[in-house]
Amino acid sequence: MNPTPSQTVGPFFGYALPFPRGGEIAAGAGALTVHGHVFDGAGQPIPDALLEFWQADPAGGRGGAPGTLRRDPVNGAILGRHGLDFTGFGRVPTDADGHWTLRTRPPGGRPYIAVAVFARGLLHHLYTRIYLRGDVADPLLDRLTPERRRTLVATEERPGVLRFDIRIQGDEEHEETVFLDFS
Amino acid sequence: MPDSQEQITAEIVESHRVYAKAREESGQESRHVLRDFAPYRSSILRHPKQPLVVAGDPEAVELTGPVFGVTDVTALDSDLTRQHVGEPMGERITVTGRVLDRAGRPVRGQLVEVWQANAAGRYAHQRDDHPAPLDPNFTGVGRCLTDGDGRYAFTTIKPGPYPWRNHVNAWRPAHIHFSLFGTAFTQRLVTQMYFPGDPLFPYDPIFNSVPDEQARQRMVAAYDHDLSVPEWSRGFTWDIVLDGAFEGEHR
Ligand SMILES: [Fe+3]
Repeated sequence: MNPTPSQTVGPFFGYALPFPRGGEIAAGAGALTVHGHVFDGAGQPIPDALLEFWQADPAGGRGGAPGTLRRDPVNGAILGRHGLDFTGFGRVPTDADGHWTLRTRPPGGRPYIAVAVFARGLLHHLYTRIYLRGDVADPLLDRLTPERRRTLVATEERPGVLRFDIRIQGDEEHEETVFLDFS
Repeated sequence: MPDSQEQITAEIVESHRVYAKAREESGQESRHVLRDFAPYRSSILRHPKQPLVVAGDPEAVELTGPVFGVTDVTALDSDLTRQHVGEPMGERITVTGRVLDRAGRPVRGQLVEVWQANAAGRYAHQRDDHPAPLDPNFTGVGRCLTDGDGRYAFTTIKPGPYPWRNHVNAWRPAHIHFSLFGTAFTQRLVTQMYFPGDPLFPYDPIFNSVPDEQARQRMVAAYDHDLSVPEWSRGFTWDIVLDGAFEGEHR
C-alpha cells in the first residue's frame, strides 16, 4: 500500500507529546545517564526538537512493555512507569538550550539505543543510534569510515555519564551525524 | 526582509515541475516528503546533506518497537470536546480511520496521538502569540489506542487556519497533527491531516513539501456524510499507511 507522507512536528508539539519523566526509562542503581545537544547546520542548538528512544531490556528482550505513560484513571494525570517493567521507550524534548537527558540501563544484545529525531523544520524524522561503546564489532559500525563511525559512539564524561551530540546537518568544523534508512 | 508569497509560490511550482519531469523520465514516483525543501525556510539548516546509511541488519533493534496498553490512555482522551467544564467553541467533528502497515494489515492496539489549534486557529502553547482567542474549554490534545481492526476515532472541533512567519502573509491550511506507532520503531510516523478543498493548499510550503500530487492527497481526509450525526457533528474519515520494514513482514 502507498504510505502516508510525513510532515514536520512543527513548533507546537510541546504541550502534546512530551510527558513527565519521559526520559527516565530506568532510574536508580545501575542506571546510566546519556545526554547531549541537538545542532543545526549553522552549529546552533535546536530548542524545538523531540527525541524518542527505543531499546532492548538489559537481558536483551525486545518486547517492551506497556505503561510508559500510565495514567491516573481518576484525573487523567500521567503517573508514568511504575518501575517494575522495562518499557524500553523514552521521549525527551530538547530544552531552550537544545539539550536533552536520558536515564536508562544498558541494553542487552545489540550494543545501542535506537533514536528517532523530530524537530520543527525537519519534514521527516531521522533515525540514528547511540552506541554506548566504540570497541565493538557491529554490522553497521564496521561499514563506516572512522569519522562517520565516531558520530554514533557516545563518549564517557565520567563513570555512568555519557555524552552524545546529534548534528542534523554538518558544518565546516563538525561531521554530520550518521542517519539510517530502514525502508 | 521576509519573502513574499509570490516568491514562495514560484519556488513551490518550480520544485513540482522538476519532480514531474524526473518522474516522467525515470518512471519513479516519490511517495514521501522532501526533507530538503527550501520554500519551507526552517528546513534549510535542518536536513542532513549526507545520504542515509542503509541499516541492513535483519536483527536490528528498530524492527521491533514500543508497545502501549489500556493503562496509557483514559476514556476522555479521545474526546477533545469533553476535557473541560464547558463546551469548546467551534464546529464539532469526528475523525476516524484505520492504521495499516504497508502490507495492508491493521496495526492493532497502538498509540495514536493528536494535537491541534482551536477553532480560531490558536494553539494552547506559549509560543503561539498571534491575536486569536484562546478557548478555556479546549486544549487540543488527544490520544487513543487502535482497536482490533486498526481503527482510531476522535471527537474534536474543526481547527482554524493560522498565520506563521515563513514568509509575508503565510497561512497554514487547517490541520490536525497525528503521531503514530506501528509494530516496529521503523514504522514511526508524525504527519498532519488536512481537510478536503482547503483554498490554502497551493500557498503552503509544508503541504507542498510532498512533491507527488497523489501522495499529497493521501494527507487529506474525506468528508463522510454517513458519519455525520444529525444536529450534532460532521464526520471525516482518514486512513493512514505506515511505511518502514518490520519483523515478520515476509511471513
Ligand atoms: Fe500546526
